[in-house]
Amino acid sequence: MADTTMRASRRRFTAATGESVAGWLFVAPVVTILGLFLLLPILMALWVSLTDWNGQGSPFRAGVPYVGLGNYTRLFTEDSLARQDFMTSIRNNFYYVVIVVPAQTVLALGLALIVNNRLLRGRTFFRTAFFFPSVTSSVAMSVVFLFIFSTSGAATRLLQLFGVDGPQWFADPRGVLHLLLGRAGLVDPEAPPVALTGGGWLGLSWWEWLSGPSVAMTTIIMLVIWTTSGTFMLMFLAALQDIPVALEEASMIDGAGWWQRLRHVTLPVLKPALFLVLTLGLIATWQVFDQVYVMSQGNPAKTTLTPAYLSYQTAFRDFEYGTGTAISFVLFLIIVILTLAQRRVMRERRPARTGRT
Amino acid sequence: MTRVTNPNAAPAATARPRSPGPGARSLASTFGGYAVLVFFALVFLYPFVIQIANSFKTEPDATANPLSPLPDPITLAGYERVFLGTGMPLWLGNSLVVTLVVTAGRIFLDSMAGYALARLRFRGRRALFSAVIAVMAVPGVVLFIPKFLVLNQLGLYDSYTALILPVLVDAAGVFIMKQFFESIPVSVEEAARIDGAGVFRTFWSVVLPMARPALITLTIISFQGTWNEFPHTLVAVQSPDLFTLPRGLADLVSGSLGEGTRYPLKLGAAVLATIPVAIIFVIFQRYFVRGANEGAEKG
Repeated sequence: MADTTMRASRRRFTAATGESVAGWLFVAPVVTILGLFLLLPILMALWVSLTDWNGQGSPFRAGVPYVGLGNYTRLFTEDSLARQDFMTSIRNNFYYVVIVVPAQTVLALGLALIVNNRLLRGRTFFRTAFFFPSVTSSVAMSVVFLFIFSTSGAATRLLQLFGVDGPQWFADPRGVLHLLLGRAGLVDPEAPPVALTGGGWLGLSWWEWLSGPSVAMTTIIMLVIWTTSGTFMLMFLAALQDIPVALEEASMIDGAGWWQRLRHVTLPVLKPALFLVLTLGLIATWQVFDQVYVMSQGNPAKTTLTPAYLSYQTAFRDFEYGTGTAISFVLFLIIVILTLAQRRVMRERRPARTGRT
Repeated sequence: MTRVTNPNAAPAATARPRSPGPGARSLASTFGGYAVLVFFALVFLYPFVIQIANSFKTEPDATANPLSPLPDPITLAGYERVFLGTGMPLWLGNSLVVTLVVTAGRIFLDSMAGYALARLRFRGRRALFSAVIAVMAVPGVVLFIPKFLVLNQLGLYDSYTALILPVLVDAAGVFIMKQFFESIPVSVEEAARIDGAGVFRTFWSVVLPMARPALITLTIISFQGTWNEFPHTLVAVQSPDLFTLPRGLADLVSGSLGEGTRYPLKLGAAVLATIPVAIIFVIFQRYFVRGANEGAEKG
């Protein structure tokens, strides 16, 4: 008896050292590649963001001008073109996020609720149709949307069917909020009030901050909502399938109406999925790049410039690698802060909800 | 219609939504539901119809009737020019090579790491797993310039290695494989060990074959992701000989002058970029669904 346990423990011991070596060997390639192309680059970029390296030679040799936090302060405090562009990109991306995240979430949730209906025929077909855009190439779809929204394109034709003269989508830098304010007769977009154009914050006038997304940006917004809703619909669907049929039937027998069921049965179950979709949406929307690169390159009048694209452009087109990396680190910070903030908000609300149901 | 009326229910609040009667109500909502669905199905699919239809049109026809699903006349001129006048054959080849190598690499290396993290006891395993999770949280766009810096520093910039090596493994894949391996009963491996199989042997011939569903998911999402990958190619290579299909397509679009020109050609190239993923999507749809939800769980 004692003999067998001893043998077993010895075997376990040698097996453990063998396992340790094997374990490290097994993870070595992944660790090496991720370290080399993820961790090391971030450290290198931190250094570059403190310099004025212009892309010539190595950024680590002596003689590369060290500017400390200069690249960062230039983005926030100095009255410079760099700050103006950066703030414009922040404004553009902000409006993009504010529209895309709620729109894709509501659309995804609505589609999921409909497609989840067990009595529906062709559920698989519809689910597939909505999901398909999510798996296709962002570049290819950008090309298609370029065509759809071109001057004589499908979108313009479609609007003409309804007697509406469409704008020159990609050439129109006018802010949608400006247009709405103008339409409501509150301000004249051609001659905005001095009170708004005079003052300002961080290098942009109040009027510029209040532009809303430009007409050109709305095409990118439509494209992205169209592409991403399918994926998020699937996430909602997965959550919906966790609702026990018995629970739904019980609530129906209890006489709960459609709205009551949604409010008291469905939505509480969807809470984690909703949190996930919002978080993933926030993270993704602050990174919009491919569509901007293909469709507009930040034009017209910089109204589709986003921080991700600006950091690329600053580094690889203007060869100001220091400013470019500084922008990407600020972007990183924005994403981290928003994610943490959202996590906190949802955590505070969750116990109250579960207490009630 | 027998319905037990609940005397405790507040009459005004509950009576109103019920008033049309369940039968009429469900019929109306079913019809409404289908109307909404068909509308959205059109919205989600018609751009693809436009893409395909216009790639077979002549330029004047595409300009005059962009909405029409029927090319008049049907012409292959757009495709002809894509293949003869652009780098398309090269881009296709590059995309294929990169996608196949990256996918094979991810299947092998991610599952090895996933297995080690799930099953092998070694010092630092927990820390390593936390690091993998942390890595997944790093936003991709932040890495544009950093990746370029490393590739440049290592002398790999503008090479096939630069296209492949940095994306050869991915943290999300490691995560998916780890989750799957944890669901396999340990007894299977113990039997293999007792029969004298080494760690790699146990992994390769016993555990890995059992992981087929997870491997298929990983293959599919890795193929799709790599085939569509764009920003990485932007910072990894420069010479047109190394362009992949998305990169070539982006170059084709931003390089041409004037709006409304050469759309049949551009859309044809876009169709070619969409076809492989579309085929795989149709065949392996449920694995895409699983991938989307597995990617979600990590959050």
